[in-house]
Amino acid sequence: MNPFQTILILSAAFLAVFGETVLSAPRVWLGAQIDLLPAIMVFAALNAGLPTIAALAIFGGLWLDTFSANPLGISILPLMLVGFPIYLRRDLILRDLPFAQFVLGAAASALVPALTLLMLLSGSTQPLLGWGTLWQWLVMTAGGAVATPFIFALMDACNGALGYKLRTEVSFRADREIRHGRVLK
Amino acid sequence: MLKQKNYLALGAVVIVVVLLLSLPTRTTDRIKLAVGSWFLPLFGLASAGQQLPVDLADSALTRHELLKQVDNLRRENQQLRSQAVQSAAIARENDQLRALFNWQRQSPWKLKLANVVMRDPANWWRTVQIDLGSRDGLRENLPVITAAGLVGRVSSVSLTRSQIVLIGDPNCRVSATVENAARDMGVVLASGPLDTSLVQLTYLASSANLKPGQSVVTSGLGGVFPKGIPIGQIVYANSVEYGLYTEAQVKLNANLGSLEQVWVLFK
Repeated sequence: MNPFQTILILSAAFLAVFGETVLSAPRVWLGAQIDLLPAIMVFAALNAGLPTIAALAIFGGLWLDTFSANPLGISILPLMLVGFPIYLRRDLILRDLPFAQFVLGAAASALVPALTLLMLLSGSTQPLLGWGTLWQWLVMTAGGAVATPFIFALMDACNGALGYKLRTEVSFRADREIRHGRVLK
Repeated sequence: MLKQKNYLALGAVVIVVVLLLSLPTRTTDRIKLAVGSWFLPLFGLASAGQQLPVDLADSALTRHELLKQVDNLRRENQQLRSQAVQSAAIARENDQLRALFNWQRQSPWKLKLANVVMRDPANWWRTVQIDLGSRDGLRENLPVITAAGLVGRVSSVSLTRSQIVLIGDPNCRVSATVENAARDMGVVLASGPLDTSLVQLTYLASSANLKPGQSVVTSGLGGVFPKGIPIGQIVYANSVEYGLYTEAQVKLNANLGSLEQVWVLFK
């Protein structure tokens, strides 16, 4: 496990939550705030280990709920329930393709708010719902889908610029080299 | 073995969630306060970044422009002073009349200016946070207004910040009166998640005579909001539940979408 990647993913989640609380432009123009945590979770599920995914779900959800009227901890489980299946099947996903990232981002961004609302409605809280919620859900899905390939590109660039990579073995081995010519004594 | 490890991680997250959700509200408020303090440096940077263009614009003003502004402010100040003198005279007269009829004297409301520092990241709540907290004397259920009208009430307070639940959120219900001849009364509820400028005035009498443009103000019932704070204006009204009662759409006076500064009312 690369600890730098974990720090990078958690920092991205930290900044994403901060941005969602101070930037009101998407809410003014589109009628809904776009949540970037599902997109970051898709990146983490495809590139990081399970401890990082769990840490992202716990800290990302905790940070989001801190600034929201949500009950504390309600956003953790939806994030984990999205990241976990992607992690289990990540060997079958073409993670480098922007289209795959787009589709996974759309699915994650659609599922996380839906699951959160389901959890809220199963409790005693009464969130603000109506026909407009469908529009907000579409905006969140589309916004998350569009943002996911950009998050992949940004995180890969940060990883390449600031992180380190494990040293890979080359196929060349000196003891297996075929020596030509006569051996001089 | 690997599978078991995976499900152990999932189980650990579920346990954390169950623990957090079962905590009492007071404890979760404290945790929210502690976790929110991690973001303080970023909020400091953001407010400094917002102030920088204002400072730059101020420093670029010409002397002529500044003198003009000073002149306008002096004139406005004189007008406000004369209004304050008139208000003081009216208040004295009001006190004398109250004493004459043995009515209870009303304690005046004080105002405290606060900056809106962040908005709720979730789309299903309408709350904002302001930069005043319990150390500034804030407590729960204090009314919050702008110069245009009612904004909401304080829902939770930490040391340096407070959460304001805005009018139109399911957790902010306001008893209101329509300023017409019958003084029809109803309750302001949330309208829909998209348009922050509209709320629903409901439980009005079926005989209520409502017309577009009539003003809606707080009724003073319920003990949270004082009487007479402007809320908005009637857009349209319709009879619901087979004429059992009347509902009306109200356009809010305060622009909740672009709140920057608000006033908190104190007794």
